[in-house]
Amino acid sequence: MFPADLKYTKDHEWLKPQGDGTALVGITHYAQDALGDVVFVDLPEVGDAFATGEEFGTVESVKTVSELNMPSASEILEVNAGLVDHPEAVNDDPYGKGWMVKVRLKGDLAAGLLDAAAYEALVSAESH
Amino acid sequence: MSTVAAELKKTPLNAAHRALNAKMVDFGGWDMPVQYPAGILAEHEAVRTKAGLFDVSHMGEIRVKGPGALALVEHLTPNAVSKLVIGQVHYTAFLYENGTFVDDLLVYREGEQEFLLVVNAGNSDKDFAWVQQHAKGYDCTVVNESPATGQIALQGPLSVSILQPLTKTPLEPIGYYFFTHGEVAGITCLISRTGYTGEDGFELYCAAEDAERLWNAVMAAGRPYGLLPAGLGCRNTLRLECKMALYGHEIDDTIHALEAGLAWIVKLDKGDFIGREALLAAKAAPAPRKLVGFKTLEKRDIARDHMPVVQDGKQVGFVTSAAPSPTCGINLGLAYVPTGLAKTGGRIQIEIRGRAVDAEIIPTPFYKRQK
Repeated sequence: MFPADLKYTKDHEWLKPQGDGTALVGITHYAQDALGDVVFVDLPEVGDAFATGEEFGTVESVKTVSELNMPSASEILEVNAGLVDHPEAVNDDPYGKGWMVKVRLKGDLAAGLLDAAAYEALVSAESH
Repeated sequence: MSTVAAELKKTPLNAAHRALNAKMVDFGGWDMPVQYPAGILAEHEAVRTKAGLFDVSHMGEIRVKGPGALALVEHLTPNAVSKLVIGQVHYTAFLYENGTFVDDLLVYREGEQEFLLVVNAGNSDKDFAWVQQHAKGYDCTVVNESPATGQIALQGPLSVSILQPLTKTPLEPIGYYFFTHGEVAGITCLISRTGYTGEDGFELYCAAEDAERLWNAVMAAGRPYGLLPAGLGCRNTLRLECKMALYGHEIDDTIHALEAGLAWIVKLDKGDFIGREALLAAKAAPAPRKLVGFKTLEKRDIARDHMPVVQDGKQVGFVTSAAPSPTCGINLGLAYVPTGLAKTGGRIQIEIRGRAVDAEIIPTPFYKRQK
């Protein structure tokens, strides 16, 4: 539920550094569970740039919609085209096939990102 | 959060929902299942193709009985109560003098002078007070049976197949919007062929203390048929596809019965009832707004409840309910729009997070079952 190699935001996005200045971004297991069945993911264009915390898209479930906020300042290199026909991948495999964008990081990783233990503590506090 | 949760009201099935790992939410002060692990889409599909089982024990039940009961219910509601035969149910409303809604409800005719009124959970206390307040001068008793009553709704095309083995009462002869009394799984029930999903099905009323046994018996009987426990999430998408009104959305105390598209429950010629004068006047004047169904044109444009309808940058109406439709596969909604815009095939614009998007007015209901 809380892979150790990811960084997390308080808004329930995850960021996975690839070791080459790029990273994958998605939403956490906790976030997909709270949303319920995802039916559409609205993603940005390749080349768009976002500041830390800036909204880069939305994820729509049957019952609600949630903003996607960029975990760390970056530029979009790729969006997950597979989500167009299979948005349910966000529910089924949030840390794998449900990734949303691949980004080139700008500068250092944002200071406010949480490690797995800190994120688990946050989620634990929110759900009780 | 735990202090808030402790104040929520619980139905007699609360433990059953938790045992099924339901996701619970605060629904009008009630701790209710929004979905079970299968999820809203799977539960929605189960109801459309097989069956789903809902806990609707939070609904309110008010019994009106005595020599003045018929006269009181006629006075309180716009539909023609005297036309109901014993064993028949109809959809109706409590209206204020100005024709807007106190609530919508079902009226069950239990006897010549005995009626069971089934009202929304969130309005239950207000409704009971409303009935009591108007009962003065009518020779009848008004009893709030809500706390003593459990209710479950078995909905879907396989409902008869699932339920019949549990009861000696022949189910097929019960017509749509009729009811009878009988035993289901050895439990005394009011068996009503009604629902809020647009599918065939039954609403079963029983004593609160029997509700969990009844729920478990129906779940067990239905599992081999693909029955799923179904939460409020799919209850909303199911009723929206059928354009069934939800209090606080399509109807409330600012919207009158005719503009809500509910002229069919308003029998202006039946004699006096609360709200009649206002509705007679409303009927005689041009209607300023109308409830319409719409679909957005782009997949990414998903309208939601309460979003503005705009024209040339100005708000001219509002969305009452909207969601991606699991059955129709498009993004649907209902909205109040100026009558001039309310033409099937016409375009309106919905403001979604600051962006005006195109929508087309389409016929309703969006979904109708094959009979």
